[in-house]
Amino acid sequence: MAESIVLLGWWSSPFATRVRIALAEKGIKYECEEEDLKNKSSLLLKMNPVHKKIPVLIHNGKPICESLIIVQYIDEVWKDKSPLLPSDPYQRAQARFWADFVDKKIFHCGRKIILTKGEEQEAAKKELIECLKMLEGELGDKPYFGGENLGFIDVALLPYYSWFYAYEICGNFSIEADCPKLVAWGKRCMEKESVSNSLQEEHKVYDFISQLKNRFVIE
Amino acid sequence: MSKGEVVLLYFWVSPFAMRAKIALEEKGVEYEAREEDLLGTKSELLLSSNPIYKKVPVLLHNGKAVCESSIVVSYIDEAWPSPPLLPSCPYERSQARFWADFIDKKVFEGGNSIWRSKGEAQEVAIKEFIETLKLLEGVLGEKDFFGGDSFGFVDIIAIPLASWFYAYEQFGSFKVEEECPKFSAWMKRCMERETVAKVIPDLTKVYEFVCMMRKMYGFE
Repeated sequence: MAESIVLLGWWSSPFATRVRIALAEKGIKYECEEEDLKNKSSLLLKMNPVHKKIPVLIHNGKPICESLIIVQYIDEVWKDKSPLLPSDPYQRAQARFWADFVDKKIFHCGRKIILTKGEEQEAAKKELIECLKMLEGELGDKPYFGGENLGFIDVALLPYYSWFYAYEICGNFSIEADCPKLVAWGKRCMEKESVSNSLQEEHKVYDFISQLKNRFVIE
Repeated sequence: MSKGEVVLLYFWVSPFAMRAKIALEEKGVEYEAREEDLLGTKSELLLSSNPIYKKVPVLLHNGKAVCESSIVVSYIDEAWPSPPLLPSCPYERSQARFWADFIDKKVFEGGNSIWRSKGEAQEVAIKEFIETLKLLEGVLGEKDFFGGDSFGFVDIIAIPLASWFYAYEQFGSFKVEEECPKFSAWMKRCMERETVAKVIPDLTKVYEFVCMMRKMYGFE
């Protein structure tokens, strides 16, 4: 049965990276279309008319939008390989809770560290470390949030691991100093091909952010 | 039908807590509803079972806490599978989750912007709010419910937010029924369900609560 799987993404988007990791974990072959977010394609606008954002997964012509919803969809369709969500309802609720926590907190703290200075930046750094420590608590002594294998929380959080370097340079601090367990987790995950092939290279991310910052400063 | 001890921490006017209640009612689950005094002191149980956000709803099932309303509703659907709230097909499920997420992002914030603003800013807020409801009317189409023939996940996520619409209408001097008749008809259809009617508070009382919040936050 010929299947068409297309991912509309953008290289530095942590949200698109989540989908890439999920597809790689499941060993799914797909076509990747890189969007120019300053000049969105008619395909993107047609497939995600509500938010006009990436990632969009197009499976046999039908679009699925919003990264964590896409990851759940992938997990349900290709359920026989590398399950990302546990089968127990309570554990599934916990996985969804922490993935949602990552969505609510990490992106915004990180953004503030990059774009602000002084007191506002200090507050953002403090909040980021607090949030990462809470995630360390959830990780506990497990190799991955998913236990012995990558799970839903790992997929939700991993893209931000490649942004840690940029946060550290912009904020002049060390995430490893306060959250050694989490950094160890990131390194462990990077040993998996599905992750190392999907994550952006951290220096590239930093270069991209520097350009973004310059644009903001000039504007 | 009960499977162990079920406790729900709620606040009477919280539409998020109402979602959890309606889901439990739909499944016929016996539960103890404990009201939190969110304007006063939060209980030790709330603070210990939801230490990160300290918000309602919190569902405690045999002592284990589930937080965040959409996640609570999903949990209820999975722990008590009958009748199902989500469709069985993965694609339809993803669409239901998408619209639940859209409603979460747009409706409450959009509606609350109406009573938090005045003049031109308020007119913009009303216009955007109505556009959101019109988009949802398109999603509903000719179906009775967002779930199709059956009341489902998206309906449960949306209908409690509609209990605040009367308040928005009062402050914004507009009527959802006139602007979005299909959406209004869907609201009525939901309110006719026993599980929903049992949970949704008196709309005038919600309005009075919003008036009080408006004063408290200095929006008058």
